Amino acid sequence: MSALPARPATALSPDTLAQLTRLTEGLDRDALQWASGYLAGLAAHTIRQAASVPSAAAAAAIPATIVYGSQTGNARRQAEALARELEQAGLPRRVLRADAYPLRELPAERLLYVVVSTQGDGDPPDDARAFVEHLTGRRAPRLPQLRYAVLGLGDSSYPKFCAVGTLIDERLAALGAERLFARGEADVDVDTAAASWRRTALTQAQAVLEPTPALATVTPLRGPAAPADATAWSRKRPFRAPLLSNRRIVGRDSAGDVRHVELSLQGSNLDYRPGDALGVWPTQPPGLVEAVLAALGADREQTVTIAGETLPLAQWLAARRELTRLTRPFVAAHAQRARSAVLDAALAADAADALRALLDGHQLIDLLQRYPAAWDAADLVAALRPLAPRLYSIASSRAVVGDEVHLTVAVVGYEAFGQARAGTASRFLADRGEDDAVPVFVEPNERFRLPEDPARDIVMIGAGTGVAPFRAFVQERSESGAAGRNWLFFGHRHFRLDFLYQTEWQQAHREGHLHRVDLAFSRDRPEKVYVQHALRRRGRELYDWIENGAHLYVCGDASRMARDVDAALREIAVAHGGHDAESAAEWVAALAADRRYGRDVY
Amino acid sequence: MPPAAPPSPVETIKAASRRLRGTLAESLADELTGALRADDTQLIKFHGSYQQDDRDLREERRAQKLEPAYSFMIRTRTPGGVVTPAQWLALDAIATRYANHTLRLTTRQAFQFHGVIKHQLKATIQAINQSLIDSIAACGDVNRNVMVSPNPVESRAHAEVYAWACRLSEHLKPQTRAYYELWLDERKVAGSGEEDEPLYGPVYLPRKFKTALAIPPYNDVDVFANDLGLIAIIEEGVLHGFNVAVGGGLGATHGDARTYPRLAEVIGFVTPDRLLAVAEAVVTAQRDLGDRSDRKLSRLKYTIDRIGLAAFKAEVERRLGEPLQPARACAFEHAGDRFGWVEGHDGRWHLGLRIESGRVADRGARRHLSGLRAIARIHDGDFRLTGNQNLIVANVSAAARDAIERLVAEHGLDDHRRAPVRRDALACVALPTCSLAMAEAERYLPELLDRIEALLAVHGLSDAPIGLRISGCPNGCSRPYLGEIALIGKAPGRYNLMLGADACGRRLNRLHQENVTEAQILAELDRLFARYAAERRPGERFGDCLLRSGLIAAAVPSAGAP
Repeated sequence: MSALPARPATALSPDTLAQLTRLTEGLDRDALQWASGYLAGLAAHTIRQAASVPSAAAAAAIPATIVYGSQTGNARRQAEALARELEQAGLPRRVLRADAYPLRELPAERLLYVVVSTQGDGDPPDDARAFVEHLTGRRAPRLPQLRYAVLGLGDSSYPKFCAVGTLIDERLAALGAERLFARGEADVDVDTAAASWRRTALTQAQAVLEPTPALATVTPLRGPAAPADATAWSRKRPFRAPLLSNRRIVGRDSAGDVRHVELSLQGSNLDYRPGDALGVWPTQPPGLVEAVLAALGADREQTVTIAGETLPLAQWLAARRELTRLTRPFVAAHAQRARSAVLDAALAADAADALRALLDGHQLIDLLQRYPAAWDAADLVAALRPLAPRLYSIASSRAVVGDEVHLTVAVVGYEAFGQARAGTASRFLADRGEDDAVPVFVEPNERFRLPEDPARDIVMIGAGTGVAPFRAFVQERSESGAAGRNWLFFGHRHFRLDFLYQTEWQQAHREGHLHRVDLAFSRDRPEKVYVQHALRRRGRELYDWIENGAHLYVCGDASRMARDVDAALREIAVAHGGHDAESAAEWVAALAADRRYGRDVY
Repeated sequence: MPPAAPPSPVETIKAASRRLRGTLAESLADELTGALRADDTQLIKFHGSYQQDDRDLREERRAQKLEPAYSFMIRTRTPGGVVTPAQWLALDAIATRYANHTLRLTTRQAFQFHGVIKHQLKATIQAINQSLIDSIAACGDVNRNVMVSPNPVESRAHAEVYAWACRLSEHLKPQTRAYYELWLDERKVAGSGEEDEPLYGPVYLPRKFKTALAIPPYNDVDVFANDLGLIAIIEEGVLHGFNVAVGGGLGATHGDARTYPRLAEVIGFVTPDRLLAVAEAVVTAQRDLGDRSDRKLSRLKYTIDRIGLAAFKAEVERRLGEPLQPARACAFEHAGDRFGWVEGHDGRWHLGLRIESGRVADRGARRHLSGLRAIARIHDGDFRLTGNQNLIVANVSAAARDAIERLVAEHGLDDHRRAPVRRDALACVALPTCSLAMAEAERYLPELLDRIEALLAVHGLSDAPIGLRISGCPNGCSRPYLGEIALIGKAPGRYNLMLGADACGRRLNRLHQENVTEAQILAELDRLFARYAAERRPGERFGDCLLRSGLIAAAVPSAGAP
C-alpha cells in the first residue's frame, strides 16, 4: 500500500507531508481507515481547543457571566438585579447559580461577576461549595483571559465576615485573572454596599463588552498538537497515568465500596472513545507479598529467572504473578507438596463442586497457611499464573473530560479465615492517592459503540458499576448535541446509598440530556426488584423504542444480570410484539446482528 | 392596609396550588430523587410535613455524587397533646417501622416523626390516620396544633377547656380535600381543586398562626407566645370564659432589626359560646391585613404593630359584631411542668415524666420508647404531652400506680428526679435534620447541662430552678426568648446569650452577649451564678434577680397584663 494519493492537500507543508507519509507507511487498509477517524478526531479536538481560546475581538460575543452562591436568597437577588441592569443596558449576560455553572467553561469566560454570601464560620453557601472547591483546588485552570469582580455578602457580627467573597476574589487574582475593581462587602443591610458595587459592575461591563466592529479572522493562539505516535503505549508498555482523584461514591452505610477514579492522560496521546475499556496493571499489596513470603519462609531478595528474565522473588510476586486467583493446576501442584487429603479430595474427578468452592473461597495465601507445603521459589513462580491486567469500562467522554479518563471501580473486599481479602486491581486502585501513577492502556471495544446516527435513541441497561460506560455515553451525547433520546435503566442495592452518579444523572435529566430513567433498587422494599423487572414494567414503551430503531446496551454482571435482561427482552417481544418464544429469540438475535444490542458484560 | 409590594413567592405558590395540591403527586412519583419539587416543599407543610435532609452527611454526599439524604418530618395535629394508649402504641409502631425509631414530643404538644423517606411517606401518613390522628395543618400558613394546659389536677376544668380546644382545632381546619386525595386515596369529586375555603380563602394565611389555651395558675403553654392566646377564667370550678390575648410570636431573624420576639397582649374577654367567633375574627383579620410580600414580617404581631393594637381590636370587634368584654383578673404562677405523681380532683392519679428534649428513644439504660410502650399496654387512662416537651401518664387508677411505677424504674424513665435546671430545659431539634439550624441544640443540650450543673454546684445552686432553653436558630421553636437563660444559635459552636426572662412566661429575656462560644458563655454564667448565690432574695428566681440587681440591661416592657 503506497502512502498518499497523488494529489496532496495544499494545506500541508512539504515537511508535514513527509511526516505524514512516514507515519502511514506500512499501514493496511483497516489501519488507515482507523487512522483517518483518529486524525479527524484530533482535528475536531484542535478546533475545540481553538474555539476555547478566541481572540480578543471575538470576546465581544461572549456574555458577562454572573455566578451566585446564596443561602437565604440575598446573593441571588443581587445577582438577578445586576443581570437585569446589564440587560437593560443591552449587554449580553447570563446569570447562574454556582452549582449550575459548568466549571469547565471557566477558561473561556471573559467577564465574570461573582456574588457570594458567607455562612456561619466562614463557609460558602451549600450551592457554592463545589464552585469554591474547584477554584481553590490544585486543578483550577489558569485564567489569564478573565476579568472579574466579586461581591461578598455577610453578617459583620461574625468573625469571618465575607470570608468566601475574599477567598474567591484573591484566588481568581492568583490564577492570573484581572480584578476589574475592588471587592464589594455587603453587611445585613445588603443594598447599602451592593447597589454601588452593581453600578460599578455595569459601567465596567459596558467598557469590556462594547462590541468591536469588523471582526478579524480568528487565529488560534496555539497550533495543533505535534503529531505523536499514538501506538506508543500499549498493553505491553502501559502509560503511567497520574491519579487525579479517587473518591468513594456510595453512601456511608453502603455494604459496598465503589470508587470514582480520575486519571490524567496528559502528554500520553492515548485516545479512547465511549464504550472502550481501560486496562490497568495492578501491583499486589506489599502486605500480601510479605505474608506469602512469610508463609513460604522464603528470602524476598532471592532471584528467580523465568523465560530469560531475572528478578528478586518479591518482585515476581508483587508485579508479575497472580496471587488472588487460584487455578486447578496450581492447586494440584500444591496438593502434591502438602500431602493434604482435603485438597486431594477436592481434586478428585467427581468433585467439581468442591473444587469450585475451593477456588472461589481461597486465595494463594489461604492455601499456603491452611495447607503448608515446601516450595522452591522458582517452582512457585513458574506454577503461579502470570498477573494479567484488569479491564474497566471507561466512565468518561473525552469531549467532556479532555485529557482525563474516569473509572468506576467496585472495590472487592471480603473476609476469609478471619483475615481481610481483597481483589487485586480494585484494591490497588482504591489505595492510590493523588499523584500516584497507574499503569494503563486503552482497550478499544468496537462492539459497544454509540450509534453513528446521532438521531437514534439509545437504551442503556446497567447494574452496579455496569453504569460506567453509560456515564461516558451521556457525556458524549450531551456534548455533541445528539438528537436521539437517552433512556437509562439502573439497578443496585439501595436508592439512598448506592445510586451511582445520582447527582450527575439528575443534572443530565434537568438539562434534557437524559430523557428517561427507570430504577430498580433491590433492597429498598420487601420484594427484590432488579433491572429486568424495570424492563418488563416498561415493556410496551421499550418495545416501541426498539422498533423505532433504538440501540440497546447492557453492561454489568454476565452470569446473572445480562442473562436475565436477555430473557426479559425476549418476554417483552412476546408480550408486546406478538412474537412466540422462537421468533422472540430471533428478534433479539437480529438486534445483535444489526449491531443494535451491545453487551459489555463480565 | 398592607404595603403595596408584590406578593412573596410562597404566596404565588399557594395561589397556583389548587388548594394545596400543587404537583405533589408528580413529586412523590419521581424516582430519580428523594426530594420534592421546590414549590411542593412549601405545600407539603400544610399536610403536616417538612422536607429535610441529614446535614451531617450533606458535604460527604455531595463528594459522593449523591443528593442530600432527604427525609421527611411529619407532625401530628393533636389538640392539647392528648392521646389514648392505643394511639400511643400505633404512633410508636409507626416510628419504629417508618421513622428513625424515636417519637419526638414537641413544644406545641404534637408528635413528630423524623427520617421518613419519600416513598414511604404515603404509607406513614395512612398509618397515622388509621390511628384516628391526622397531620392536616400541623405546619403551613394556617392555624396549627391548638395547645391546652395539661393541668391534670383541675380534672373537670381541663376536660372542658380541652373540649373547646378540639372544637377550635376543627373550626380552624382547612376545608381542602387535597390531604385526603393525596394520602388517603379519596376519590376526586367535581370541584376538586376549587373547594370553598370560607375561613382561609385560596391563599390561606400570610404566615403560620398559633393558638393556645392556658388554665391559670399554670402558664405551661406559654400562652403569650401565641398569635392567639386564650386564658381560661375558672371560678369555683366553673368555666366563665376566656381572656383573649393577641399578637404573640417569638421568631426573629439575626441582623434584621425589623424582626423581634413579641408577647401577646390581652384585649378583652369572651364567654365560651363566643370563643369560635372571636378566634375566627382574629384569624380573618390577620388573613386580610397581614403582610403577604415579606414573610419575615407577616406574622400577626407585625400586623398589630403596624396598625396599632387599638385599631386591631376594633377590627376584631367589627368582625365579631360586638365589643369584647373587659378582661378578667387572673394570675400565673409559673410556666414549668409538674413532675411525679399528683392526685386529681376526681381521685385519679397523674404521673409527670421528664422527656429530655421531648425525644422518646431507647438509649442505653434510658429505654424510654420501650418503657412507654410497656406502660401503654397496661394503661387505661390517657397520655398528655406538655408544652415543655414532657409527658403525663394521666388518669391512672390508684390500683394501677404500682405497676406503672415499676415500669418507670425498669426503663430509666425517672429523669424527673434530676436537677431542676436539667429537668426544666428545652431544646429544639436543630442539627442534623432542621434546615434552619445554625448551631446544635438537642444533641448538645446534655453536655451543656453537665457543665452548667457543675457550675451551679460550685455556687451551691444545685437545687435552684432556672429555666434554660436552647435553640439552633432565632426562629424560636424552643421558645428561647422566654428562658431565664437562653442560647440562640448563630454558627456552629456560637450562640447569642440571652438572659432575664421571668419564670411564668410574661417577660422576654434580652440579648446579653452576641455570638459567643461555650467557654465565654460558661465564664459569664459562672460570674452571674456567683452574684445570684450571694444576692438573691428568698424565693427569687435567677432571671428576676439579674434584672433587679442591674446585672443585665433594663427590662423591655413586659406584656400580657390586662
